[in-house]
Amino acid sequence: MAEQRRSITAKVLLSLLILVVVACAGAMSGPAGPEWWRIPLALLERIPGFGEGGLGISSGVTEREWSIIWDIRMPRVVLAGIVGATLSLGGASYQGVFRNPLVDPYLLGAAAGGGLGATIVITTIGSDRLDWPVDPVPLVAFVFALGTVAVTYLVGASFGGMKTSSTLVLAGVAMVSLTTAIQTFILQRNSDVVREVYNWILGRLATASWGDVVLVLPYVVLSTTVLIFHRRHLDVLRVGDEEAAALGIPVARVRLTVVVAATLGTAAVVAVSGLIGFVGLVVPHMVRLMAGSTYRVVIPLAVTVGGAFLILADIPGRTLSSPAEVPIGVVTAFIGAPFFIILLRTRQVTR
Amino acid sequence: MSSVEFQHLAVNYGRRTVIRDFSMAVPSGSWLGLIGPNGAGKSSLLRSVAGLVKYSGDIVVDGSSLSLRSRSRRASLVAYVPQEPILPDEMTGREYVMLGRTPHIGYFGHPTKHDRAMVDDVIGRLGLDEIATRQLGVLSGGERQRLVIARALATEAPILLLDEPTSALDIGHQQQAFELVERLRREHGLTVISAMHDLTLAGMYSDRLALLHEGSVVADGSVEAVLSAETLAEFYGVRVTVHREADGTVVVVPRREQL
Repeated sequence: MAEQRRSITAKVLLSLLILVVVACAGAMSGPAGPEWWRIPLALLERIPGFGEGGLGISSGVTEREWSIIWDIRMPRVVLAGIVGATLSLGGASYQGVFRNPLVDPYLLGAAAGGGLGATIVITTIGSDRLDWPVDPVPLVAFVFALGTVAVTYLVGASFGGMKTSSTLVLAGVAMVSLTTAIQTFILQRNSDVVREVYNWILGRLATASWGDVVLVLPYVVLSTTVLIFHRRHLDVLRVGDEEAAALGIPVARVRLTVVVAATLGTAAVVAVSGLIGFVGLVVPHMVRLMAGSTYRVVIPLAVTVGGAFLILADIPGRTLSSPAEVPIGVVTAFIGAPFFIILLRTRQVTR
Repeated sequence: MSSVEFQHLAVNYGRRTVIRDFSMAVPSGSWLGLIGPNGAGKSSLLRSVAGLVKYSGDIVVDGSSLSLRSRSRRASLVAYVPQEPILPDEMTGREYVMLGRTPHIGYFGHPTKHDRAMVDDVIGRLGLDEIATRQLGVLSGGERQRLVIARALATEAPILLLDEPTSALDIGHQQQAFELVERLRREHGLTVISAMHDLTLAGMYSDRLALLHEGSVVADGSVEAVLSAETLAEFYGVRVTVHREADGTVVVVPRREQL
């Protein structure tokens, strides 16, 4: 067991290293900017003790080039990392509490609700909102995402109690259909903004700024902390609600806590980045395949691997057809869907 | 070492009463066998002790009511082996046995050195060292059953509840599982309450039998007293012959209707 703990620590450290490398790669790619090899140096040189007067690293990057790195690329890389980490952690947690490998963090309506909220703002306020001091789209999307999940929970709980998670899942399916239908109805009445809403739904990191990062950070940190502290409970829940309860776990409370935490993080990242699919579903499975299925591994690695995955997926999105970008939601699905099919196949073979 | 006393226990699912006015004292270190046809309430009785169903009346362990204890305290007193335990395919045997330590680990806590030593000890004593390294999905029925018992033992609970623990096993593995429980009962002074299908096995291992029918006890007492052809015919609706072997074993043999 001590060995196993050491191996978990080793896996987490390795994945952190990969995350850093991928983040550097993310900062190195994109139109304009300095030569790629100068960029890690430019980042290092600004760490106290590494640059002038310390190790003397000098990148030779001009102020203008630095501003491309720091104000345009880095927020995008950091936001991609946060969004990827949060979605895949949310997915792993949802899969854990619902004991269902095909579940993603949008299951209970976080994405559909966020999409409806954004649609309502874009159709009612329109381009006037650009004059507002704060963009209302993410705020309303956030509130709608949380609200939809809350309604799902109340509906599911009122029918099935918290004893069966399947009523909750079914309530989620119903709420997602309902919110999507409302959204479609609104869009059909306002066909002039379809394109704008559609762009929002596909998900984007292109307009990322440090402001977006600061906006989501509190929710994401809270959500991640709570979920990391519940990784052992997720392992106990693997033997089913009944046996987990007999082992002294307050099953309903744990499920509620985990769902609330995962939803909070998911709603926050959906609000700033739109609906990025497949990360929440696929990355937890990638982690299980590579590192094992205990949640003591899956939870921390979902964070690091999820972050790295989305940073990586964002690179072809902005370089393939630049300057017009391929939406990140399209890239993740392109990578995610075939991967998922391969995953299902190999799992069947190993059984 | 813990005694269990049921005081006027009643369990209702909605309007349906599944256990009515069940009172019985189970002495510390003894084995109570619950028998009765399907739907008689055996599982519900065990589930009420495990705290999985609401009940009225009281269950008293070592002089104080179970309902007054915290969830994890209760779980550390009572280990529950359900009829069909869920064994996640990708979990290793050792991780599974470690789940038995859950009642001893605080909400935000993690397994300590003591927990790991305890699990190693249980695995060693049950001879599961090799099985413990494998994934549950590749194990046979008998191996899985031993791990389930190992998990129950890892809780260090003095009371063991078994719900038809061997219904999926062949006769050899059934016997092995019961022999294991019997050995552990003697070594640790466990109090065992088990629902059992096989009346002969029930008679072999129980100190006392309780025959349930539609939620009520219709016969209880020594094995000889409960396992009689007349009683079984009345409540199971079967024709059986009851043999008594020279060593005191009671054997229940079903008889063909037409000869």
